[in-house]
Amino acid sequence: MHRLASLLSGRGSRLFLLACALVFPLLAKSEYQVYVMASAFIWAIAVYGLNIITGYCGQLNLAHGGFFAIGAYALAILTADHGWNFWPAFVAAALVAAAVGALVGLVSLRLKEHFFAIFTLCVGFIIYLLIDKWEELTHGAVGIRGIAAPDGLGLVDFSQTVPFYYLALAFLVLAIWFAGRLAASLLGRTFMAIRNGDALAQSLGIDLMRNKLLAFVLSTTYAGVAGALYASMIRFVGPEEANPNHTFDMITYLLVGGFGTLFGPLAGTVGIVWITQSLQFLEDYRMIIFGPLIVVLVIFMPRGVVGTFLGWKLRKDTEAARAKGPRAGAKVAPAKEANTNA
Amino acid sequence: MLKVENLTKMFGGLAAVHDVSVEFEARGINAIIGPNGAGKSTFFNLISGVHKPTSGRILIDGQDVSRMRCDQVARLGVGRTFQTTHLFEQATVLDNLIVGHRLRTRSGLWDVLVNSRRLQREERECRDKARAALDFVGLAHLENRVVLDISQEERKRVAFALALATEPKLVLLDEPAAGVNPEETEGLARLIRKMAEHGLTVCLIEHKMDMIMGLADKIMVLNYGEKIAEGTPAEIKADPTVIEAYLGSDHDAAA
Repeated sequence: MHRLASLLSGRGSRLFLLACALVFPLLAKSEYQVYVMASAFIWAIAVYGLNIITGYCGQLNLAHGGFFAIGAYALAILTADHGWNFWPAFVAAALVAAAVGALVGLVSLRLKEHFFAIFTLCVGFIIYLLIDKWEELTHGAVGIRGIAAPDGLGLVDFSQTVPFYYLALAFLVLAIWFAGRLAASLLGRTFMAIRNGDALAQSLGIDLMRNKLLAFVLSTTYAGVAGALYASMIRFVGPEEANPNHTFDMITYLLVGGFGTLFGPLAGTVGIVWITQSLQFLEDYRMIIFGPLIVVLVIFMPRGVVGTFLGWKLRKDTEAARAKGPRAGAKVAPAKEANTNA
Repeated sequence: MLKVENLTKMFGGLAAVHDVSVEFEARGINAIIGPNGAGKSTFFNLISGVHKPTSGRILIDGQDVSRMRCDQVARLGVGRTFQTTHLFEQATVLDNLIVGHRLRTRSGLWDVLVNSRRLQREERECRDKARAALDFVGLAHLENRVVLDISQEERKRVAFALALATEPKLVLLDEPAAGVNPEETEGLARLIRKMAEHGLTVCLIEHKMDMIMGLADKIMVLNYGEKIAEGTPAEIKADPTVIEAYLGSDHDAAA
């Protein structure tokens, strides 16, 4: 069992995952499947952003879908209305999402816990309303057409599904790489200390506002990048992009995969997107299967699929370490007894 | 070391701490006692910067900290433990402690992006500091255990280690011996004395009188937010106002 655990979480399994993703378009039954997978990757990037502020830093941000829409609209407006080239517009979209994130964060992060969540829920809705009503800028309910596909610099045509799939995969790998580096660093530990409790984090000399704001801006930048990619894949954006429901979809992905884990966002997003796809024939009745499935998952795996696995592995590891060191084992025994009594 | 001048904190119309002046010497063990609601925790929150005083001053080594934020006070060398410390239960003991030294490091987002040499060095320092703190509290053997699996008393010690990893000059311990048995209480008392011997100034709130009387160099008694007495354990024991306000009734109840 222990072998299996280390096999599943080691470097090898990551390379295996990557290899699977690389050959997926060759094995897929139709182009549509590749398309669904590419969109799952894009959502996963956004969920990685949500995981930074909510999973690692512990602040439940309910405006995340709004920042996704801001990224999508920024790219759409710049390329379709102002004729920008794709890549400058793409960078600008990420920066706009970061800047709006900084402004919203400065105000909303003064609030704690559920107050923060309620405030950001309102922010998400305000973003939706702005996009829907500000016709001069966003074209309102009509939406924006003619968005540029990613510029392949004459080498690749990203308006084709398969090349676009690889582009989305590249950004996803980048997103995971940075999230992993962040989570393992002192900065990630700082975020997690804030998640454990404001009071304790402050007593350890952690500047709450500064660190929360940094986590928030990082998360909105992720959302902006994902939104911009999404707009360039669909080639159309409408107010529906900012529907607060998307935020709750992303929270569900994160919940199922596991808050504050490195592979939770990926597992949750790809898993649920495919379950949703395979239940498509049930139309709205699929919620009858979906709802109970999530309830069961939350009851039996409150820390998500990946979180539960990691907890199990940590236990195996420490047990193995204890079995190895007899000196430590002897000292530890009474404590364990006390624990089982309690 | 710690000098408090005419400290007052009002919550609405209620004075949680009223006109308290006191001075604590460096390297000493100082206890704050008093009945529930006497303002002891508020007093700690004022010193550590959680609350801003309504009036009065707090000086640490001559520096006025009364208007500083919590994290700034911590950086100046004030560590603290809480009545209950919320550790990250699914992580190992060492993992919980590494962030304790974060305030002495400077790595930011850029260092994370490029995995700078500074970040690597500082992460090593944090790890070493966490190990040293864990060793100090006598739990070096628990380094790789999951917090979920360790006992209540061990958690208390881990909380001490976390405060120590910040390299404090002054540590504020809020009921360090609450919820542990008499034998373990003695062990914790020895640990607190060891901290003082290593040059730390200790300030603790505690309800366990036997522990306080044997441990403290100086005791301050609060009642309804006011300081009603201050002195050595022997002086406090003999003080009639203290006996009336606190010890008398409490001892009867305890017996």
